[in-house]
Amino acid sequence: MLSLLAGAPALPLDEAGKYVAGAYVVFLVLIVVYVAIMAGKLQRMERELRELAGFAESRTNGAAAGSDREEVSADV
Amino acid sequence: MTPSRTAFATILAKDLRAELRTLQSLPAMALFAVTTFVIFRFGLDRTSLSGSLASGVLWATLLFAALLGVNRLFVSEREEGGFDAIRLAPIDRSALFAAKATALFAYLVVLELVVVPIFALFFLGSGAALGPLLAVLVLADLGIAATGTLISSMAVHSRARDLLGPLVLLPLVVPLMIAATGATEPLLAAGGPGYHRFGTWLAVLSLYDLIFLLVGYAVFDFLLED
Amino acid sequence: MYGKGLRPLSIATVVAIAAALSLVFFYAPLDADQGFIQKIFYLHVPLAITALIGFVVGGVFAIFHLRSGDRRWDAWSYVCIHMSVIFGVAVLITGSIWAKASWGHWWVWDEPTLVSFLIVFLMYATYYPFRYAIEDPERQARYASVFAVTAGAFVPLNFMAVRMAQSLVHPRTFGTANGGLPGSMMLTFLVCLAAVALLWLTLIKLELTAKSTSGQLKRLRRALDAPPRGAGSSRIAPEVS
Repeated sequence: MLSLLAGAPALPLDEAGKYVAGAYVVFLVLIVVYVAIMAGKLQRMERELRELAGFAESRTNGAAAGSDREEVSADV
Repeated sequence: MTPSRTAFATILAKDLRAELRTLQSLPAMALFAVTTFVIFRFGLDRTSLSGSLASGVLWATLLFAALLGVNRLFVSEREEGGFDAIRLAPIDRSALFAAKATALFAYLVVLELVVVPIFALFFLGSGAALGPLLAVLVLADLGIAATGTLISSMAVHSRARDLLGPLVLLPLVVPLMIAATGATEPLLAAGGPGYHRFGTWLAVLSLYDLIFLLVGYAVFDFLLED
Repeated sequence: MYGKGLRPLSIATVVAIAAALSLVFFYAPLDADQGFIQKIFYLHVPLAITALIGFVVGGVFAIFHLRSGDRRWDAWSYVCIHMSVIFGVAVLITGSIWAKASWGHWWVWDEPTLVSFLIVFLMYATYYPFRYAIEDPERQARYASVFAVTAGAFVPLNFMAVRMAQSLVHPRTFGTANGGLPGSMMLTFLVCLAAVALLWLTLIKLELTAKSTSGQLKRLRRALDAPPRGAGSSRIAPEVS
């Protein structure tokens, strides 16, 4: 392994390090951007699900309320 | 003749006759090409070309002129219900692909018969290269015909029809252009035609043609489903 | 059920990536000619290989779609191509960084594999405007599958043509990097390849799960007779339900 290291690198190590780091950073950034986009989608889905749940509940409540009202009027 | 071959012959004849009568594509393509040559003369500030420059100018111009023809290829089918007619007929729908590709091939050959001598007149010292160039032209035309027909048949159903065809077709023909220019560059060398890797490039062109003729023929049925 | 198995898959991906990064920076020896810059290859090449295989897989799913008419295959094909295009962006950027570090220019035409990849990327980049331009969803799916098949056939031809166009003066740099790889480098490379491939699979699954959930929400909305949402769905991304 040391014999491989003996060959001089094409660029000084600290300069080369910046490029290598840059490449890996790009990779990381792309992944994080993707996560952020997915997070946005998840938020939207959560909002929609909440809305639908509310809609479904109001529908069953409304149906229950409606049948209550019918019984009352039938009594009269 | 089997029904498919009759259909092929009929569609091809109709297209060629229509083009002869209306002359809607070919003159435009030729004029476009010649004008482009003039633009290159001034853009490159040269009155004679050889080698890679000549090859590049010639093929770029031919390609863009071909795009004009590709755009118009299926317009009449789209507007006059030709697609429906094929769908209803009890024939192999790939006959439409074969007919249209042959028609486009014919247009390209005619275009080149007019335009390439003009190119030689404008920029080349001698016409010695034109003979072997013919082989390159024919093989490249086959490739453009195959891919152009395939893409055009889809683009014609889209909104931005004139934009979509060239957009998708250009990257697709890059390997074809690499091979065509690769073969042409030594042919147009200043010192006289050279044949460096000529056979290899012709082989690549043939491979490209074979693959996309097959692909086009195979998928065309799916394109015409309703 | 697309979400099933997503957790173990992502855990495997995390482990693989951690292992890969460790091997790259703590185990793999320094390359004799390129030095530390060669470390970029452990990222760049697996990304490229994964993206290219992804395109081919997208083409295979497209064939399934054409033959069966089942639109689910079209969704799979779309997601594969979409993910591979994104990975393709990473390939081109890391390739460019490597070019700058090695040869001092942000882009070089001398590296045939990178140039071929650029052309393939340009080809698949037209997938989106192509889908967008065709309005009827069923036709869009069919034509997109034809595109994916045609582009799949195009990839090997393209690599061959570009490689042949290289002047024989410039030796293939990837040849030295990949050809005579010592065992430790090969091991590191393979682990990196596995990590990137797992990442691709995880993201595909994640994407499909999101689409499926979205589709289920639509289904639920319809079943409840709730008013439809104002914002329409994407015109190009196929639905999964």
